Amino acid sequence: MDVSLDLLLNAIISGLLLGGFYAAVSVGVGISFGLLDVVNIAHPAFILLGSYIANQANTRWGVDPILAAVIALPGFYALGTAVYQLYYVAFERRDDQALRGLSFFFGLLFIVEVALILVFGVDHQSVEAPYIGKSLDLGLVQLPFRLLVPFLVAMAMVIGLQMFLSRSFLGRAIQAVAQDQLALRLMAADPVRIKRIAFGLSIATASLAGAVLIIIQPVEPSIGREYIGRIFAICVLGGLGSFPGMVIAAMTLGIVESITATFFGPSWAPAVAFTVLLATLAVRPAGILGR
Amino acid sequence: MRNAAFALILTAVAAVLFIALRWVNYSYAFVAGYAVLQFLVLGTGWNILGGYTGYVNFGVTAFFAIGAYTTVVLHKAAPFLPLPVMMLIGGTIAALAGLGTGYLTLRLRGVFFSIATLALAVVLQTLITNWDFVGGARGAYVIPPRTAPLIGGDYKQYLFLIMLITSIVVLVVARALERSTLGYGFAAIRDDEAAAEATGVPTLRLKLIATSLSGGFMGLAGAPMPYFMGYLNSTSTFDLNYAVNALAMPLIGGTSSWAGPVIGAALVGGLQEWLRVSNLQEWLHISIPSEANVLIVGVLMVTFVIAAPQGIVGLFRKKR
Repeated sequence: MDVSLDLLLNAIISGLLLGGFYAAVSVGVGISFGLLDVVNIAHPAFILLGSYIANQANTRWGVDPILAAVIALPGFYALGTAVYQLYYVAFERRDDQALRGLSFFFGLLFIVEVALILVFGVDHQSVEAPYIGKSLDLGLVQLPFRLLVPFLVAMAMVIGLQMFLSRSFLGRAIQAVAQDQLALRLMAADPVRIKRIAFGLSIATASLAGAVLIIIQPVEPSIGREYIGRIFAICVLGGLGSFPGMVIAAMTLGIVESITATFFGPSWAPAVAFTVLLATLAVRPAGILGR
Repeated sequence: MRNAAFALILTAVAAVLFIALRWVNYSYAFVAGYAVLQFLVLGTGWNILGGYTGYVNFGVTAFFAIGAYTTVVLHKAAPFLPLPVMMLIGGTIAALAGLGTGYLTLRLRGVFFSIATLALAVVLQTLITNWDFVGGARGAYVIPPRTAPLIGGDYKQYLFLIMLITSIVVLVVARALERSTLGYGFAAIRDDEAAAEATGVPTLRLKLIATSLSGGFMGLAGAPMPYFMGYLNSTSTFDLNYAVNALAMPLIGGTSSWAGPVIGAALVGGLQEWLRVSNLQEWLHISIPSEANVLIVGVLMVTFVIAAPQGIVGLFRKKR
């Protein structure tokens, strides 16, 4: 094994960019699991849905994948509120989140995956955009736009959400529902309505995350499962509900995965997230910046 | 009914079933029967942790694969071992994997265990894809003997018999658990873990017993798989289909009793086998892709989870 400096440097830089993308993928679960306590393990399925919508818009009408995702945002938001309403009526109100609620999301994950296979087949799908394939040459390091654009979109989304949650009235209401649902009800606010909005937001992030996913790599229906480990590793490592912690965790995971892929081969990369997840759960379950 | 009596009745039913199938001598019946029984064992194993204790294990394929790949390794390293011994070894290793995962995660909130098991399946698949001794990504051929030991006839019949015996053992254990101190402890954890802990139920120890038992049974279900399929690769072993079926069968049948997974396996497994071979497709002049077959199970599961939380057993109880 030949550890050269510029190979390592490139691995770290692309890991950082990859980490930014992981933050975009995880931010939805950061809201649903971290703030609302809804363990939405079907989140990767919604991300894949976003990827396929971007793919269809791109191959049929030549629309830029990110533009397509922005157009699809309201649809994803509506889908999210509908899923939460169903979840609330069927499980949360009956206080049956643990066994049946989890199984519900698992079933949802599976149904979306199989439906995507039925409609699009198991082949890899990709998108085309003028910036894919080019890279920014900075002497020692190359910054491929394929990673740079998703990184920028992801950061914009995460920072925007963080601003929304800490500055706006509705955002503060969402944080309040995360802290004390009963108190919110005593203030004559409807916690279910606020949770519905928040869950809609969390699914809406999947639209953009899906578009940047398909820019980074070709997509096929079963890769969603790989992301479950990554997403939850990032959320747990970052400390549930803490966005800055989540971004740090995402970048850490991105760098470790990128180094693993560079020096041991890409087929080992999926195992990294699990190791990180188990180690965090065993050593520091509250995460890096946990409450 | 005493446990011994239950075991005797099950054995008698199984014996009648096996003799009848031997008499009919329709080889497909053994293949379909094996598939249904495999899901019965898998579903009952899952239910010990999921249904009785209330902890959801999504890493069914991980435990299933530990059983299957233990057989592959033993087939290469010690081919003289009889299959039941291989199964016991595979089941034990799967039980230890359950114990380890439980020990690392069960001191936290239960949902972390579920997430960890999901990730466990991914990492194990990565390990096996990169492990050349068991075939890596190419897969491994495990050529079964031509004829069955002890009973003679086709080897598939022997595999069916072994799975039948495994089903009896697993069902007797599951039923005995329901009415034992251990089982009441499991139920207490499921209903209110904090209250159980406060009244002196050793929750962590009980949860670890449940994860080990459950993992071991799922390993047993997977162990004969290589001989049944003849060829094994990581993609087919870690097919999400197994996990969905293992969850769907208890959830559809009912998670509170041993009868739930049996009803679920008979209905869902039977339905799948029927869809596969029936000439429904010819009648309707359509072709049903095999994924649609799997989709039905997922949709059924979600429907039951929403509309009939107690499963078919629960529907039956309400009427009474």
